[in-house]
Amino acid sequence: MAEPGDIRTLFASRRRFLTDAARVTGAAVLAGFGLALYARRAHPLPADAIRPPGALPEEKFVGACIRCGLCVRDCPYGTLDLTRLGDGPATGTPYFNARRVPCEMCEDIPCVKACPTGALDHQLTDIAKARMGIAVLVDQENCLNFLGLRCDVCYRVCPLIDKAITLETQHNLRSGKHTMFLPTVWASACTGCGKCEKSCVLEEAAIKVLPAPLARGKPGAHYRLGWEEKEKAGGELVPGMIDLPGRMPEAKP
Amino acid sequence: MKMPGQDAIAAKGWFKAHRFLIARRVSQAGVLALFLLGPLAGLWIVKGNLNSSLTLGVLPLTDPYVLLQSFAARHWPETAAIVGAIVVAVFYALAGGRVYCSWVCPVNLVTDAAAWLRQRLGLRGVSRLPRATRQGLLIMTFAVSAVAGVVAWEVINPVSMFHRGLIFGVGLAWVVILAVFLLDAFVSPRSWCGNLCPVGAFYGWLGYKSLVRVRADQRAQCNDCGDCYDVCPEPQVIRPALKGAADGVGPVILDAACTNCGRCIDVCSKDVFGFGTRFGNTAPLADGDDSTAPRRRCAAGAPNFHASINPER
Repeated sequence: MAEPGDIRTLFASRRRFLTDAARVTGAAVLAGFGLALYARRAHPLPADAIRPPGALPEEKFVGACIRCGLCVRDCPYGTLDLTRLGDGPATGTPYFNARRVPCEMCEDIPCVKACPTGALDHQLTDIAKARMGIAVLVDQENCLNFLGLRCDVCYRVCPLIDKAITLETQHNLRSGKHTMFLPTVWASACTGCGKCEKSCVLEEAAIKVLPAPLARGKPGAHYRLGWEEKEKAGGELVPGMIDLPGRMPEAKP
Repeated sequence: MKMPGQDAIAAKGWFKAHRFLIARRVSQAGVLALFLLGPLAGLWIVKGNLNSSLTLGVLPLTDPYVLLQSFAARHWPETAAIVGAIVVAVFYALAGGRVYCSWVCPVNLVTDAAAWLRQRLGLRGVSRLPRATRQGLLIMTFAVSAVAGVVAWEVINPVSMFHRGLIFGVGLAWVVILAVFLLDAFVSPRSWCGNLCPVGAFYGWLGYKSLVRVRADQRAQCNDCGDCYDVCPEPQVIRPALKGAADGVGPVILDAACTNCGRCIDVCSKDVFGFGTRFGNTAPLADGDDSTAPRRRCAAGAPNFHASINPER
């Protein structure tokens, strides 16, 4: 049986075990708080970093991407890169900068196929359905088409020309006799490939691809568009509504 | 200061006293070279990095620790990652979990360099964290992954940052690597791999019952020079196997913290150690030991008290 000396050792040993366990737990919890704070802070994506096609929404993506870089390797155009420490947040995750190298929208989407975890969603098989970001004509004051010229380059290079970017005509008030052809992005079709941003002839692109959460507004959930509701209902929503006469300024007697 | 291994060099010759060290460096450099052949020479044998890779376009390999964190963050991966993780897990479960640490991990080069410098300068150890800190950090990384929905350790993991840095471009990751070096060299000896790294802790559990183990079969020859303790990154694993004859313990180093680096085999001038299996772990009769009554002293409780934190200590 155990002798008194052994019991002392046992108690000393138990004491050490408990203090060690307390130190370990303390250190782990402390480190955990730090890591959680840092990891949470690392969520938002910088505006010029666009995720590859099929990327899950950012908050899901950082839990799914294991930062292996296989998508980067299988991109035939060298579009993708992995973020480095100090570059941007989530270190080691894939992104591209559209102004440097845009996405060429391969039909077989090799980057998505390469992803072992599905952080790039394998459900995406039609590249036209990719939503990497949304092109926004951020600077109308410097866009040549808005100045009344016919640059049209962003429109011409768009892989979904006349769907993702159209030229909407408007009277040129400055010259008084010309038409302006305004490049207009349609979020319903824009994949965010960034070819428009890449090819913008200005020194700093007037049209830029932004991550969707930055680029898009969102109406309140209660919001309804009257004309759509009317169409859905197949007629007047409030029957017998009185149509008041318009009061135009020039209609004054 | 006398460097450990001098006796072994005198007794066995330089090469034999360094063969596992050389083999390890070849293995570490080889793994790195396979990953670098693609980006540097356009020879794509292996794509990706240690977190997940594809060899020859068919064999997926995925770090099971990273994938489990992704699970904790509530993401269900594609089959490729799961298959890759199983392949890796089976390999390390057989070969020794921490074989990853000493034969593959690039940070081992950094921490070995720090340990060497430390020995050269004769620096004494200062404050040590408990070895179990890494176990706490391991649990913490899963907890943070679950709470924050992020593959948590990958946010700061120096191992993957270093490896990825070498292959994809380093960015500021060198700061983290330098920090690991300085920590090990000047603050706390063998601290990164020994006390902190949760990757190593994870692989330790993976190889908890691994087949390949270092054994001290010739422990009767031991002349107590202490060189094996001096070179061992986890010196606490040696004692039970080397000195447990009287207690009916050993001669296999069963502690899952052992990295199977084989450096103890190199530096022993008496060839006490060797690689073998985990089986037949009873003291040989040559020790004059009664092998039918193993672990007599365990009845007192004390020797095994830390078993819950240090597996098979």
